[in-house]
Amino acid sequence: MTLADTAPAPHVDAEELAQARREKLMKIARWFLPSLVLVLAILAWHLYVTIGEVPHYILPGPVLIAQKMVEDWSILWPAILITGRLTILALIMAVIGGVTLAVAFTQSKWIEMSFFPYAVILQVTPVVAVAPLIKIYVDSAFMSALLCAWIVAFFPILSNTTIGLKSADHNLEDLYSIYGASRWQKLRYLYAPTALPFFLGGLKIAGGLALIGAVVAEFVIGRSGTGLGLASTLLEASYRFNFGRLFAALILISLMGVVIFAIMSTISYLALHKWHESAIKRER
Amino acid sequence: MLKPRAPLGQRNALLKMSHVEKTFRGDVVALKDMNLTVNEGDFISLLGPSGCGKSTALRLIAGLMKPTTGRIEWTGGQSAGDLGVVFQEPTLMPWARVQDNVWLPFRLRGKSYSEVKDDVLEALKLVGLEKFQRAFPRELSGGMKMRVSIARALVTKPRLILMDEPFAALDEITRHKLNQDLLALREAIGCTVIFVTHSVFESVFLSDRIVVMAARPGRVIRELEVDAPYPRTEEFRTSAEYAAHCRNASDALHEAMGEPA
Ligand SMILES: Nc1ncnc2c1ncn2[C@@H]1O[C@H](COP(=O)(O)OP(=O)(O)OP(=O)(O)O)[C@@H](O)[C@H]1O
Ligand SMILES: [Mg+2]
Repeated sequence: MTLADTAPAPHVDAEELAQARREKLMKIARWFLPSLVLVLAILAWHLYVTIGEVPHYILPGPVLIAQKMVEDWSILWPAILITGRLTILALIMAVIGGVTLAVAFTQSKWIEMSFFPYAVILQVTPVVAVAPLIKIYVDSAFMSALLCAWIVAFFPILSNTTIGLKSADHNLEDLYSIYGASRWQKLRYLYAPTALPFFLGGLKIAGGLALIGAVVAEFVIGRSGTGLGLASTLLEASYRFNFGRLFAALILISLMGVVIFAIMSTISYLALHKWHESAIKRER
Repeated sequence: MLKPRAPLGQRNALLKMSHVEKTFRGDVVALKDMNLTVNEGDFISLLGPSGCGKSTALRLIAGLMKPTTGRIEWTGGQSAGDLGVVFQEPTLMPWARVQDNVWLPFRLRGKSYSEVKDDVLEALKLVGLEKFQRAFPRELSGGMKMRVSIARALVTKPRLILMDEPFAALDEITRHKLNQDLLALREAIGCTVIFVTHSVFESVFLSDRIVVMAARPGRVIRELEVDAPYPRTEEFRTSAEYAAHCRNASDALHEAMGEPA
């Protein structure tokens, strides 16, 4: 949107047409080129497997994997649901925990001083190393899996939101003070909107990390707790040399990561596109 | 509705600063023994080199910090909405539409938008932006953003508006236009203004009192009166009277900087 009161009369010349054509071409290419690469890669893979007569327990071909995907759908679909549930629950808890702690940190220096080092320790200790311990001390296996995923997902939300809450324009803070704003009003009308883009950046990272946490939890804690999720399905398939199913599960985990990323990006866009620089397409 | 402004020298005191000092970190004297009576209807410019305590004086008056010693007293006490502030940057909330930015002072007092909609629209009209009430700040030019900031400062019909180099970041054409509009606004709502500036010309054009300050330590060294009548137009800028006042103010400023005039 431009605010110039008078727009010049549209004057389309050859150069502009060419420019428009180029832009259209770019738009198509953005989808077409990666798709082409995908198709070619799959084709090469297929040819390599069939012409080289590679046995399926060394490298399954794309056709076999597709077959497995369909055949084993009754196993894979529940596995998707289980891993998905674990990831989403962990992410929701990470949001609640991260935002609550961030607000507590910014409201009280004492709380921040007391707890921040532990938040860092939680973050820097590799979750794979902690998971076996959690498995021992937490009775419910589902809870321990959730805890694993939560630990990894929560820190980016905490640290981003904390920075965001501290990033308010100083003059705006003064203005709020001059107008006698309460702590709550400052938090709600000033600090929260300032922190929103930072929080959403953290959310994007946390989404991917929650999935990683869920996969690690399934590997370490096993099917006893989580039921048969995608990662445990993958692990089991590898024990049975069922490489078709293994690849199918792997592809599904990947797809899940992509979907989560896409959802987080959409949320971010919807929340920010009206005002934040990161989400604004500039007119030229 | 509006009382006509009393002539200089016959105005009622609005606010008194007596022996105000501000020291930072124990030894930086930002302001030393400042005495100033702000009268109802005054347009006061604080003029002085960088670091002479102009912003500090404004922040003290705004109540953002306490003087180290001395007192600042409002005649009859200060109540909510008595004060409006404009900073050097527009200082708008980028996530809020123009109308919501202007609503802010009321909102923080618990007033819903519908309750004060008329005031918000009136303030926007005064600065000539009523058509842009639903725009976001990023859609506006620098000058327009400053107008929104001014609308926000005057929406509560404050008795005193503090402005800290509000037009310093704007180009000269826009600055001249906003100078004139500011004077027109002041006629329309009859408020008192304290205006910080580096510019001799701006201070002479706008104000009826110029307080010249010097640095290290920050202090008032001279007070000048510009008794030219309002409304002042572009014609005033070319008058001999204007030139004489500029000359005086400029001499005082040189003295403030410790240079021969
Ligand atoms: N919060 C602070 N802490 C320490 N020193 C400060 C602080 N604020 C201002 N000062 C010092 O006080 C003096 C006056 O500063 P002030 O900002 O009031 O000057 P100013 O006249 O507004 O200058 P400018 O024209 O550059 O804005 C300066 O020497 C500055 O370094
Ligand atoms: Mg200043």
